[in-house]
Amino acid sequence: MAELAGTERGARSGTSFINDPKVRSIVLQVVALVLVVVLGWMFIGNARENLAAQKIATGFGFLDNTAGFGISQTLIPYSETSTYGRAFLVGLLNTILVAVVGIIVATIIGFLVGIGRLSKNFVVRLLSTTYVEVLRNLPPLFQILFWYLAVLSALPGPRQSISLFGEVFLSNRGIIIPRPIFGEGSGTVLLAFGAGILLTVLLSSWSNARREETGRGLPMLWIGLGLVIGLPLIVMIAAGFPLTFERPELKGFNFAGGTRVIPEFVALTLALSTYTAAFIAENVRSGIQSVSKGQTEAAYSLGLKPSLTLRLVVIPQALRVIIPPLTNQYLNLTKNSSLAVGIGYPDLVAVFAGTSLNQTGQAIEIIAITMGVYLLLSIITSTIMNAYNRRIALVER
Amino acid sequence: MNVPAEPFAAEIVAVDDHTFVRREMQAALPPPRRQVGIIGWMRENLFSSILNTILTLVGIALVLLIVPPLVRFLVIDAVWTGDNREACLAPGTGACWPFVKAKFGQFIYGFYPIDQRWRVNVVFALGAALLAPLLVLSWPGKKLNAFLFFGVYPVIAFILLTGGNINASAFLLQRFNLIRPLTGDVTVAGLNVAFWADYILTAVGAGLGALLGNARGLARAVAATMLVLGVIILAWDIDFGLQPVETRQWGGLLVTLVIAVTGIVTSLPLGILLALGRRSKMPIVRLLSIIFIEFWRGVPLITVLFFATYMLPLFLPTGTNPDGLLRALVGVAMFTAAYLAETVRGGLQAIPKGQYEGAMAMGLTWGQMMRLIILPQALTLVIPSIVNSFISLFKDTTLVLIVSIFDFLGQLRAAFTDPNWASPVTLYTGFAFAGIVYFLFCFGMSRYSMFVERRLDTSHRH
Repeated sequence: MAELAGTERGARSGTSFINDPKVRSIVLQVVALVLVVVLGWMFIGNARENLAAQKIATGFGFLDNTAGFGISQTLIPYSETSTYGRAFLVGLLNTILVAVVGIIVATIIGFLVGIGRLSKNFVVRLLSTTYVEVLRNLPPLFQILFWYLAVLSALPGPRQSISLFGEVFLSNRGIIIPRPIFGEGSGTVLLAFGAGILLTVLLSSWSNARREETGRGLPMLWIGLGLVIGLPLIVMIAAGFPLTFERPELKGFNFAGGTRVIPEFVALTLALSTYTAAFIAENVRSGIQSVSKGQTEAAYSLGLKPSLTLRLVVIPQALRVIIPPLTNQYLNLTKNSSLAVGIGYPDLVAVFAGTSLNQTGQAIEIIAITMGVYLLLSIITSTIMNAYNRRIALVER
Repeated sequence: MNVPAEPFAAEIVAVDDHTFVRREMQAALPPPRRQVGIIGWMRENLFSSILNTILTLVGIALVLLIVPPLVRFLVIDAVWTGDNREACLAPGTGACWPFVKAKFGQFIYGFYPIDQRWRVNVVFALGAALLAPLLVLSWPGKKLNAFLFFGVYPVIAFILLTGGNINASAFLLQRFNLIRPLTGDVTVAGLNVAFWADYILTAVGAGLGALLGNARGLARAVAATMLVLGVIILAWDIDFGLQPVETRQWGGLLVTLVIAVTGIVTSLPLGILLALGRRSKMPIVRLLSIIFIEFWRGVPLITVLFFATYMLPLFLPTGTNPDGLLRALVGVAMFTAAYLAETVRGGLQAIPKGQYEGAMAMGLTWGQMMRLIILPQALTLVIPSIVNSFISLFKDTTLVLIVSIFDFLGQLRAAFTDPNWASPVTLYTGFAFAGIVYFLFCFGMSRYSMFVERRLDTSHRH
């Protein structure tokens, strides 16, 4: 509207074209674009000059060179003779592992603490509030270092390790857990597990439809548990226990057998999930508080039990408020997993932007790839969460 | 109800031998003791159901498990005096406070020369003296105060901390060596004549050029910018006789605060510009803003710091090697600006359209509309979120230790390795101290933001 008025006035009264908003906006945009292009061109020119001076060859060929360094945690086979490309993959998988485990744990703790902050129980409320205020006001890197240096490194050595049920061992070398060994026929068990999940999903949607129609659904919790856990169990028994566990045993100064979860992973995941949980708790609290009291009262007067009220009335409405900030927290956790480099957990940044960069000097390529990966992870996470958000969003008539 | 007229009428009157008529309401009985007072409150709030009782008991057990040992460690069993690790070696000792006392200077100043630490103290005191009145909402003179804190203070702090005397010698025209042949490398009072002649010529030239183009506003803007910039550079260029201190020697809380304050001061204007750009109707400006914002928001700060440390030098002309701290500052400022831009955008979107239309109807230009009508309201609305961004910025300053800048946390880590203080409790003492410091800063900021939110909230209530 302003533009239109300005143009007319400009044309009529014959003022200088400098005061014409349309001309101004075009000039401004051209100037901005030219500035960006010139700056970019200068950067590229400088980079080319500098790289030539330092005799660094550009390009992604280095990814096929032998990396020559070891990595303490590898989810895929990797050795010192593997390539930088392989090291990149190992780092990426380690990052994703921390992100996924951290997100799951943070969500659980966050929801519990968030509900605890609204509890009628004074002690529970006090504890939850203290948890949130303390954890969210300390820097995440500080917390990671605290868990790593002050808690996990202070655990006794392998010989005096703390044992849980004689199966899991806690020591300053990490957590040793039994290693599952998949024997003949474990594929069938896995198949049964998948079938159980599929059946549960189908049955619950059918049950929901039936409840909409007749008011009577199936006790899905028990059926679901039976299908997802019971069915694979039966198959396993029928197949004669193909899944066995290799128990860790203390031999000399260290453990033999079992799988070792490195302390860096434990410290990082623990610190990040408890830190992020404090923020999730606040989101959950504000989400629940955003559901008006009338909703709960109406549900009670319809005769719903408190547990059903919470599950069918309050939580679905609260989730609409909780999901968008929750997405942000998930993204933050994923990005914060890069703090791993502070304690030497071999994540993407430590392995690739750290060791590989130092060895090859390919700063531009490596940092571009690393940033690109995080951008991609951000986009994937937010796309998934946005899709979920759309599904549960209020359908306005 | 009926107040009896004659005395004793309130008593139960025997009308005859068998009937009684009560003339007065009987006083209410006290509530059952189990429902009121402390017992009643506990029954209602702590032990109302089996689950609740279990939760209460577990909660109390947790409190007992955490609080008494913590108090014992920090206060009761703590060692308060001593000169080295010997004091803290006894088994069962608590926090080793002499360690913190011995390392205190290092935690605050890093490796800043001891005889120059007064400069840091002056900067701290000046900052506190300017910040405190800015935070008390009811105190007058906010404009002058803000100008002093955001405009003058950084210039003075820079001189005090680095020693000033930056030896400005190369400016735009200098690159083409137009003036140097005329003046040579002559210096007057420590100022490079070639540079300043160059600067003044450029300023006058730009102003005249704008005047010739019949753009008086532009000419004024150019003149003002060049003047302000000139004064700042002049202040930094003058030799005050201070011993120069390289940023490599800075450390501890000093670095933490320098990064935090510089980040805040530089990222807020940049963030506002980006937010305006993203809300602009000009497609190219909007696109550039969106790309900038989303890029920095999508990557972790660590990669930004790596970018600033390893990649930025490659993009600059050969031979320029910017200071390590400066590189980190640039990264932090870009990163924070992107987050602030989104915060400010939220505030801009919350301003009803009527405000824009009203401003336009009054005949205000776009700049006046934003400066006088929209931004004051939008920024007021998002003060709490802005403070939250600053809290995250403050916490994120710890990340610079990964690019070998020893901030507060970095100094703490370095102090752990001192063999003079190696004891079983050193680590815990250090973490306790650092935790308390970080908590006080962040918690203080969050409380302040809540206070401001409450104070400003009243204006919206009708």
